[in-house]
Amino acid sequence: MPVANIQVSETPLVLYTLRRADDALILGHRLSEWCGHAPMLEEDMALSNIALDLLGQARELYTYAARVEGKDNDEDKFAYLRDVRQYRNLLLVEQPNGDFAQTLVRQFFYSAFADLYWRAMMTSCDTTLAAIAAKSEKESAYHLRHSSEWIIRLGDGTEESHARTQGAIDHLWAFTGEMFAVDDGERGLIDAGIAIDPATLRDRWLKTLSRVVSEATLTLPQNNWMQQGGRVGRHSEHLGHLLSELQSMQRTFPGLTW
Amino acid sequence: MVTVLDRDTELRQRAWNAAASVVDPEIPVLTIADLGVLRDVVLLGDQVEVAITPTYSGCPAMNMIALEIEIALERAGFHRPKVRTVLSPAWTTDWMSEEGRQKLRAYGIAPPQAASSRRALFGAQAVACPQCGSENTELLSEFGSTSCKALWRCKSCREPFDYFKCH
Repeated sequence: MPVANIQVSETPLVLYTLRRADDALILGHRLSEWCGHAPMLEEDMALSNIALDLLGQARELYTYAARVEGKDNDEDKFAYLRDVRQYRNLLLVEQPNGDFAQTLVRQFFYSAFADLYWRAMMTSCDTTLAAIAAKSEKESAYHLRHSSEWIIRLGDGTEESHARTQGAIDHLWAFTGEMFAVDDGERGLIDAGIAIDPATLRDRWLKTLSRVVSEATLTLPQNNWMQQGGRVGRHSEHLGHLLSELQSMQRTFPGLTW
Repeated sequence: MVTVLDRDTELRQRAWNAAASVVDPEIPVLTIADLGVLRDVVLLGDQVEVAITPTYSGCPAMNMIALEIEIALERAGFHRPKVRTVLSPAWTTDWMSEEGRQKLRAYGIAPPQAASSRRALFGAQAVACPQCGSENTELLSEFGSTSCKALWRCKSCREPFDYFKCH
């Protein structure tokens, strides 16, 4: 018998928190797919470690979303008992790992944003979000250093690694616009000092990217047409497959615990 | 004469000592007090509440540490102790005690540097080898066997070693 999806009362603050939690969970899950498969042992540990940080951030955010919602939901229900259309993550983070270059470019785009975003969120007047931000900021700075170094090594490496990394940048570029988009609910949170306006981060984000990408002898696309939809549950075909693996135990054995 | 205040102070100290005896399951030479993970111990009537702060968001040792604290307090005669997690202010390696740093070094792990160097995107760090003290060392991997460590190698004595990352 199929397990029913939970219902979520998506008030602006619940939705806002869930979106960031979903980003962290889905990207963390993607990175965990490398465990045991990375090109070298050090990278296997690195990607798994980053996945672990993201999973920890997701847990804090889900727990807070559940508290704000004030219903029967909790971190596990949010993760395991929502269907693909109920997920609110960025399209960027659900994109498949592809090759090593694609994984690192995805990570680089996200970490360069997360580093700025969490640092700015430390000033949120919501004390829980500010506290989560203070922890996540330190972790994101480290993740950014890791992916930046790889972008340089891959871009300025062999002809093959250069071509693959440039290909990944061109392919993933259209998914970056969503990070800076804001809807009416979020606008209200920004006005209230709970959230920060991501548009104010875009110049600095681009500066970080430009610096690393040019050192890597790569280029950023000039095409600025951006794909959107993840924030309202319109996902690419990849997320459903990811969730079928992430949720398989709870869907097969409802309520299973360790 | 023993006042209530004295009794509470003594009780709290006893609870603190019990909680402070819990060690990090991954680095058993360090107690949670050395690490700066133990933040507070308060008496709520007959119940003890211990506040801890996570090192890294996803550190799997935290669940075990919370469980060990409950066991340590039960053993010390405090019933149904509570463990609370506090996120703010965020944990930093700057809270690690000097004694903790020395224990780490003796254990073969290079202690963390001051967190002020953390922001440098490609900053040069000089990490001294915990075996021979040489600063002629190199980074092998930014990420190590646990969330809190990186892997380094000493170019003088050729020994690889763990470095407790500054955070």
